[in-house]
Amino acid sequence: MAEAAPLWATLVLPLALAAAAVATAGFDAVLSASAERGPAAGPREAGLRALAPVREALRLLVQQPRRTTADDRLLGRLGVVLVPVAAVLAGAVLPWGFSAVSDPPVGIVWFNAMEVLAWAAVWLTGWGPNSALALIGGHRFLAQGLAYELPHMLAITTAALGAGSLRIGEVVAAQDGLWFVVWMPGAFAVYLSSALAMAFWGPFAHPVARDAAGGAAAELAGVDRLVFLGGRWLLLVVTAGFSVPLFLGGGNGPLLPGWAWTLLKTAAVLALLVAGRRALPVLRMERYMEVAWTVLVPVTLLQALVVAVVVLNG
Amino acid sequence: MFDDVVFWALALPAVAAGVMVFRFDSMARATYALLTSLLCVGGEVLLLGLDYLGVVIVLMMTIEMAVMAVFMVMYMMNPAGLMPMTMVHNAKGAVVICAAVLAVLVAGILLAPWPARRGEPSADPTRDLGLSLMGPQMLTMMTLGLALVATIVATVVLATRRGRYDRYGDDVDARCADDPVRGGTGR
Repeated sequence: MAEAAPLWATLVLPLALAAAAVATAGFDAVLSASAERGPAAGPREAGLRALAPVREALRLLVQQPRRTTADDRLLGRLGVVLVPVAAVLAGAVLPWGFSAVSDPPVGIVWFNAMEVLAWAAVWLTGWGPNSALALIGGHRFLAQGLAYELPHMLAITTAALGAGSLRIGEVVAAQDGLWFVVWMPGAFAVYLSSALAMAFWGPFAHPVARDAAGGAAAELAGVDRLVFLGGRWLLLVVTAGFSVPLFLGGGNGPLLPGWAWTLLKTAAVLALLVAGRRALPVLRMERYMEVAWTVLVPVTLLQALVVAVVVLNG
Repeated sequence: MFDDVVFWALALPAVAAGVMVFRFDSMARATYALLTSLLCVGGEVLLLGLDYLGVVIVLMMTIEMAVMAVFMVMYMMNPAGLMPMTMVHNAKGAVVICAAVLAVLVAGILLAPWPARRGEPSADPTRDLGLSLMGPQMLTMMTLGLALVATIVATVVLATRRGRYDRYGDDVDARCADDPVRGGTGR
């Protein structure tokens, strides 16, 4: 059972998530730069390259926001702001070691409910500027959502099934001995792919892809763009971080305290995703849809069946 | 006291957003006003202590409205509200019907002999909900699930223009499906 975190944790949470997002974006920038311009000459250049996302953020802060003709500002703004808000609300149930800002009895469902706010957010962002390419991006994300959500829900349900509880603290406690990833590898793999899809990042960046001139983010400039794309990194950090309590034993581990294990494991998952992204092309959604429904759904169902049999006989 | 404040803080926006559904001249805004209203209702259910139902309402309604917005924009006239558009038709008749229904409902609330509360609220409503759905009602739920899946499959089969004979040839023996969009499994 997770203990309740002190009240100041509520204030620290968005800052900690933002710091993790900046670190992840920095790591990604270093890898991108060494792929484009060769390895960094020294630690100083590597550091400069890692700061590229921060420089970009500062540039966006002073950039003129863009207005389009006959746009729907209210909905567009709502969509942009909803991306980081959804990420932080989902992060509220993320245990840091063994204590979370909140550990409701239905924490897993709460996480799921908050992350689907991204569906509304991306579509609204695409709808807002009254621009065809942005709208195409928004529609792409809904198609992507329909593809990833079914296997995703079955994967997180499998973890809840293994623990016999929807409370995240109890899911972590159930992995005191054996981590769920050991006997639920299928669910873990599906979860990681849907984490990327949820953050529309890496191989699932089709909604904001270059072939649609930036898709849902096509018309965003200035602070709007910073909030939307920054929110996307937050979403990636939160969804990747949630795989730690679900499958990787949360704060459980020898020697080090719980919070350090959470940090290490989250960093490892993020590093895996950021490095692995380079090996994968951006997927078109009709392709992923077919794979998701004809391969991943049966895989997760079989995985859930195995876990259910183990739990019933255990 | 705190519960009262939360109740009204959710109830008023729920009703206001419900009203705005019929005032907005844009299909996207009307859909998302409806979503706002339903999210507030989900909050009210949370306030009742039904955690699972409340969060599931938020989850389901967000997905449903996000997808529904696309269909509403596709099918309704003048979706973006760039020209005058209204969600209200037959305004006078609708007012009469609504007033009559409201009067009947209010009369029902005031006149019905409400029973006094018996028993205690459950310690774990989520568990009780699961037990009652999957215990005595298991057969109903299983039948319902199968019927729903069969309906979905049948609807898709009826709606799609291309069947397996188009994809795999007249004898359904082609090795690769002939799809207008390539990709997916096996190609």
